[in-house]
Amino acid sequence: MEEMIQTERLTKIYEGISAIQDLALTVHAGEIFGFLGPNGAGKTTTIRVLTTLTKPTSGKASVNDFDVVKEPDKVKKVIGVVQQHLSLDRDLTVRENMEFRARLHHLGASERKRRIDELLDYVGLTENANRIVEKLSGGMQKRVSIVSSLMHRPKVLFLDEPTVGLDAQTRRRLWELIRRLNLDGTTIFLTTHYIEEAEALCQRVGILHQGCLIALGAPLELRQKLGLVTVETLVNNKETRYQYFADRAAATSYVQKLPSEVKTIIIRDSNLEDVFVEQTGQKVDGD
Amino acid sequence: MVSVLGDIYSVLWVDLRFLRRHWLRTLATSIVSPILYLVAFGFGLGRGISFGGYGYLDFVIPGIIALTAMTGSFNGAGMKLHVDRIFYKCFDEYLLSPISMFSLAVGKTLIGVVRGLLASVALLAVGIALSPTLIVSPLFVLVLVTSCFVFSFLGVLVGLWAKSHQDMGTFSTLVILPMTFLSGTFFSLSQLPDPVKAVLYVLPLTHSSESLRAAALGQPFPWLSFFALVGFGLVFFLGCLLALKRSNV
Repeated sequence: MEEMIQTERLTKIYEGISAIQDLALTVHAGEIFGFLGPNGAGKTTTIRVLTTLTKPTSGKASVNDFDVVKEPDKVKKVIGVVQQHLSLDRDLTVRENMEFRARLHHLGASERKRRIDELLDYVGLTENANRIVEKLSGGMQKRVSIVSSLMHRPKVLFLDEPTVGLDAQTRRRLWELIRRLNLDGTTIFLTTHYIEEAEALCQRVGILHQGCLIALGAPLELRQKLGLVTVETLVNNKETRYQYFADRAAATSYVQKLPSEVKTIIIRDSNLEDVFVEQTGQKVDGD
Repeated sequence: MVSVLGDIYSVLWVDLRFLRRHWLRTLATSIVSPILYLVAFGFGLGRGISFGGYGYLDFVIPGIIALTAMTGSFNGAGMKLHVDRIFYKCFDEYLLSPISMFSLAVGKTLIGVVRGLLASVALLAVGIALSPTLIVSPLFVLVLVTSCFVFSFLGVLVGLWAKSHQDMGTFSTLVILPMTFLSGTFFSLSQLPDPVKAVLYVLPLTHSSESLRAAALGQPFPWLSFFALVGFGLVFFLGCLLALKRSNV
């Protein structure tokens, strides 16, 4: 399997604090890879290093076999980046923003026009091409951000928290777009702190905690290691405890044997949040 | 070479689109202060004063044009860059593209030059109407364009250096504002004691005012001041390249 992104003992230290530490990661060409973790876990730092915006303190990282430190220009030609914040020029129109990106990536005049029309059609924004970005809804702005980063046909698309701040319906529309892009051949590297987003989109996930990779694999694989069924119990009306079982029969059998002071029993499918809680003792949202 | 020029134009293009949409507001905000200075100092305070055989209005107009070139270029290059970098955070888009730091620095400088020239030319038109003795020679144009480049480089440098809006305000208050009033814009430095004069010659606007005034009034041209101005420009430009190089640390 062709590797699109590789890191080896990748470390970034800011003022004595490790934002990421000894990160060893491989992302396969053509997959949707999710980086899951709470705010401050080091997800954005990882994206900044992989996209050449930040230099690592030590270790190695490559994208499409190009070293991010030694060959930044080659890396920039094969990546598209959608940052967490809106990185469009709000005073310009949708078309002007896309043209600007196309110019920065050396697309000729006729190719620029053709590619802008094609991408606007791809995300259903043709009728909004001449609207000022500031006047668009959050979901539309995000779609413009995504298609603007695709002007030069990147092999890898980095999406930093792509759906943060969006409503559920808009989020699902963006998921569809991300899946379509992936089916069309783009490798996707996304960061998120939404469990359901990682589970819905990603073929593999890496779970990051305080700059360290604590789990890596397919969502189902990670859940299987833990147990596919979770039992939540409330002890003495205070403490919630989690137990994991291979299947529902084992979980039910466990519940039947619980003492009477253990209340509020929930039996449910386990999820990536459980994997995170089990490894760190904390929830992904930081509680 | 063609690619470098293309990249420079690509960087400039986006700022030109913005300027095209907001040109009237940009022009108005750039020339209000200089016109107020012209009225307050040229007509109010300076009426009846003469310098070396010239009326105060003739004396002060080239200085105010230099001042306009400074503020127009500095703000034109620095403010939007700063806002794009700190507030909108869209400056990273340049750093994510395969264009060189040189093209980026020059492209971002050119919008300051365009805006500085736009404001200066508007004020020059007012100046010529009020003081027909003003000479707009090729030398005058050379100094004006050079001044716009120098202060635009400074704007880009400060826009890249500032870590917050306060930093930008602090620089304007501690450097740009004193330069506005002390760099021979409104009075002749020849009246000042030598130690004070030496300090004021460390400010680029002093050299810009003196060179522009000499060119406008047909006086012997202070080439040393002009080359000092070019020197400031080179230092600021190298500072821009260094700041861009350090932006991914």
